[in-house]
Amino acid sequence: MGTRHVWPREGVSRIPYWIYSDPEIYAREQERIFCGPSWNYVALEAELPRPGDFKRTFIGEKPVVVVRDEEDSINVVENRCAHRGVQFCQKHLGSVAEFMCPYHQWTYDLKGNLIGVPFRRGVKKQGGMPADFDLKNHGLRRLGVARRHGVIFASFASDLEPLEEYFGPSMLALFDRVFDGRELRVLGYSRQLTPANWKLMFENIKDPYHASLLHVFLVSFGLFRADQPSKVQMDATGRHGALISWRGDQKKTEDHADMKSLIDNFKLQDSTLLEPVREFPEYTVVMTTLWPNLIIQQQSNTLAMRQLVTRGPAAFELAWTYFGYADDDEDMTRRRLRQANLMGPAGFVSIDDSEVMKFSQSGVGPYPERAGVMEMGGRDWKDEQHMVTESVIRAFYAYYRRVMEL
Amino acid sequence: MSAAKRYLTLNSRDLRLELEELYAAYTACLDEERFEEWPEFFVEHCLYKIVPRENFERGLPLATWLCESKGYLADRVTAIRKTAVYAPRYVRRMVSGVRVLGWNDGMLEVRANYVALETLQDELTRVFNTGQYRDKLVVEDGRLKFKEKLCIFDSLLVPNSLIYPL
Ligand code: FES
Ligand SMILES: [Fe+2]
Repeated sequence: MGTRHVWPREGVSRIPYWIYSDPEIYAREQERIFCGPSWNYVALEAELPRPGDFKRTFIGEKPVVVVRDEEDSINVVENRCAHRGVQFCQKHLGSVAEFMCPYHQWTYDLKGNLIGVPFRRGVKKQGGMPADFDLKNHGLRRLGVARRHGVIFASFASDLEPLEEYFGPSMLALFDRVFDGRELRVLGYSRQLTPANWKLMFENIKDPYHASLLHVFLVSFGLFRADQPSKVQMDATGRHGALISWRGDQKKTEDHADMKSLIDNFKLQDSTLLEPVREFPEYTVVMTTLWPNLIIQQQSNTLAMRQLVTRGPAAFELAWTYFGYADDDEDMTRRRLRQANLMGPAGFVSIDDSEVMKFSQSGVGPYPERAGVMEMGGRDWKDEQHMVTESVIRAFYAYYRRVMEL
Repeated sequence: MSAAKRYLTLNSRDLRLELEELYAAYTACLDEERFEEWPEFFVEHCLYKIVPRENFERGLPLATWLCESKGYLADRVTAIRKTAVYAPRYVRRMVSGVRVLGWNDGMLEVRANYVALETLQDELTRVFNTGQYRDKLVVEDGRLKFKEKLCIFDSLLVPNSLIYPL
């Protein structure tokens, strides 16, 4: 890295803007973060219930395929033909007996082994592969796979710690709170392309400070407010984090003066959106961010995986998979679907986020030499019993700097 | 003859003409950002959904945008006007290929293609969303209103945010 890549001496209370736009930084992130020693979320098992079912997805920007084989193992392979690199799988979801690359019809089994090469022995004794060409050496590249309670993660790195250790005890407990072993049911997908660096998405969801200010909708209906009981939690490395809040008394206080966006007399004509039922113990909202590509959303009864797919330094795709449990009754499913209106590309709340992330990129992109201030709640990072803090973002960058050697 | 009866007796060409006018009025209302008038195109107990085609075809129930009553449409308008934070934009909608499937259960079933173009400040106009309207209309107060309007969109990847109705 050149001299222009010097992190400000204040440490993680400053975020240099070159990290959001520099192509060299982006390339290093792909190598060290997404292809490095990290467990990337790729799918829910409920998306591939039967042998042969597959899902096409991405890790960082690299295309991969997740597939269930005849032995019920889940395999994750690069979506890149071992012959000349064709991205052979083009469907989002489907079911196959084997994968065949359309270009020269090399065929792979569900574990990624190469099982067929047309004209391998030539045609009329002419051509063909060299005699020592061994199918075994030319399978699809397989990734490491970890599963827990119906959620599938994959890694390009070989000797990675088990998923449970990777999460750490506090994040594992939050994970198991939603994924308690019950069978899941996929309710649908939503995908959006946001013209912003992928880290801005993590900053946003690790930032409880903005929620009480930017999101007039949330504030007006008391769904998330700075005066609610809340806390932030991180793992020991700082790479994972969670914003947690629960409903408490909402009294008018002087702090309201700072929440200018609060519209006290704003009422919904149709309040079905705001009729959650208590489903999980203790907390009403838990937003968990798992390094390096996953946000687990539990906003009352709406549950979703938000998978981050990078699309160059200045864009990312957010792939939402909404789900419930296989044993949900009709009312619960309806509730989940209604509350889904808060989130997603048309969400009452998350519209603000996607728009603001774009505003961020258009501010930080042209000013790589400048830096942002991240001092709310201190200059270090630790768990807090409130949400007036940028602690979780500082933790994220503390870990980011280590991995990136910045 | 009551208005409802009149609609029932219209031949398909005249009916299509009525529908062309209705869709022109509908898109003009939205294109001109007269959002407060938008719910008036619907009956009280209505369903308005914007759904990615992949969910629709797989039978997955999730909608990107769901309104289950006229009041809910009005709430969306309140959000657009009062709570949502977003960059200024123009959205223009084109409707074509209006097809009448016929009356079913007292409802007129209609299909049409739509394209929504979006213009943001520092960018060229782009195709923002395209898909098919699958509509069911009923006669109320002497005119056709939407009982159900589904916008099933082909453009799976939403360019950032979907703020205005389609
Ligand atoms: S590139 Fe796949 S078979 Fe040739
Ligand atoms: Fe937010």
